[in-house]
Amino acid sequence: MYEFDFSFLNDYMPDLIHGIWLTIGMTVASILPGFVLGTAVAVARLRGRPWVKRIATVYVEAIRNTPLIIQVFWLFFGLAALQVHIGPFAAAVIALVINVGAYTAEIMRAGFQSIPRGQLEAADCLALSPFQSLIQIEVPQAVERVYPALVSQFVLMMLATSIMSQISAEELTGVAYMIQSFTFRGFEVYLVIAVFYLGLASALRFVLMGLAEVSFPRRRRLRTPL
Amino acid sequence: MLGLTIQQIAYIFQGAGWTIILSLLGFVGGTVLGLPIALARSSNSKALRVASSLLVQFIQGVPLPVIMFVVYFGISIGGFEVPALVAAGLAMTLYSGAYLGEIWKGCIQAVPKTQWEAAECLALTPAQRFVYVVLPQALRIAIPPTVGFMVQIVKNTSYAVVINFFDLTYSAKVINNSTFMPFTVFTLAAAIYFAICFPMSVLAQRYERKLHRS
Repeated sequence: MYEFDFSFLNDYMPDLIHGIWLTIGMTVASILPGFVLGTAVAVARLRGRPWVKRIATVYVEAIRNTPLIIQVFWLFFGLAALQVHIGPFAAAVIALVINVGAYTAEIMRAGFQSIPRGQLEAADCLALSPFQSLIQIEVPQAVERVYPALVSQFVLMMLATSIMSQISAEELTGVAYMIQSFTFRGFEVYLVIAVFYLGLASALRFVLMGLAEVSFPRRRRLRTPL
Repeated sequence: MLGLTIQQIAYIFQGAGWTIILSLLGFVGGTVLGLPIALARSSNSKALRVASSLLVQFIQGVPLPVIMFVVYFGISIGGFEVPALVAAGLAMTLYSGAYLGEIWKGCIQAVPKTQWEAAECLALTPAQRFVYVVLPQALRIAIPPTVGFMVQIVKNTSYAVVINFFDLTYSAKVINNSTFMPFTVFTLAAAIYFAICFPMSVLAQRYERKLHRS
């Protein structure tokens, strides 16, 4: 009969905490740039000149139809071949931003398309420039409408950081692999790691949903759920 | 060709073959697991609903590579020596079962309640109601998101590389290690993934537009 042994938890706690911080760091560093990139691409697909639209579409389709790992390998080993040396953490964040940008672009596109025409006409009547109208009227409303989808996408992105150990970024899964190779307790180690990820996913969801409470005062006043 | 030998390219395509096999395993297994999950998620019994929802939330809150490791090491503690394909196939089954179950639950619930009521008025048994009235309508709604999710399955089989399953990602990695031509090798691998996934993405979009029109 197999006997479970979780004693590695004591011995390797500092490593595990370090891994958790790296996972959180990667996620936090990627969310805002990924959102900005995605929003810009969504605007490009909706308003851009034909060639801009085409480039944006190619980017979105290329990213959405290939696996993240291949993108990461392409970037990390490709940069190394060009003699550009950036660390695994930086490579991981760049890859995540490019990846999540494509998904965010699709979500934000839906958000922009759901804004009633009257809002755009009203912005026009108030003599807002197209850029002002975009930043002050359209982006806030689009974000408010698609916020739950954005949150899910960023949670998925956090979970996807678990492959970054493939390019030697020592995040949580990488630490788990290290521990399992010392202790030969692979099953227990990954069970514990799974629970950590569950906690991280709920925490991220909680924080992002809390952010919505603060950022959308109109919703709070009207008590409309997201 | 492309600076790679014929053997190296053949090796990458061999990996692509295993990617397709694992994707099919994941889809078939996911269907077998996803159907009962969808039924349990939309059933009348509270216990079934809570249990299935917990299972789904657990699997959706854990990264797929970690699920792969748990299954891989979980099988080996029983003293079984199984090929990576079995572990990867089981992990893909759990993963796609949870997501497909969630998708199909939504499709079942999207069938208007009046359809259930009308079926009840016609004195159909609960099973008949489901099979003859609700299921055909839910199936129609389910096609676009299911095809869309198949793209996710194909892409996510690449995570099996963490347990050294020989698939397209693994073979590309091996060839890159020996030739060190990352742009060529990974662009080729990406192109193969794209060639598998893109037609399905287009198909999913087309089905969705068709559904919205009708």
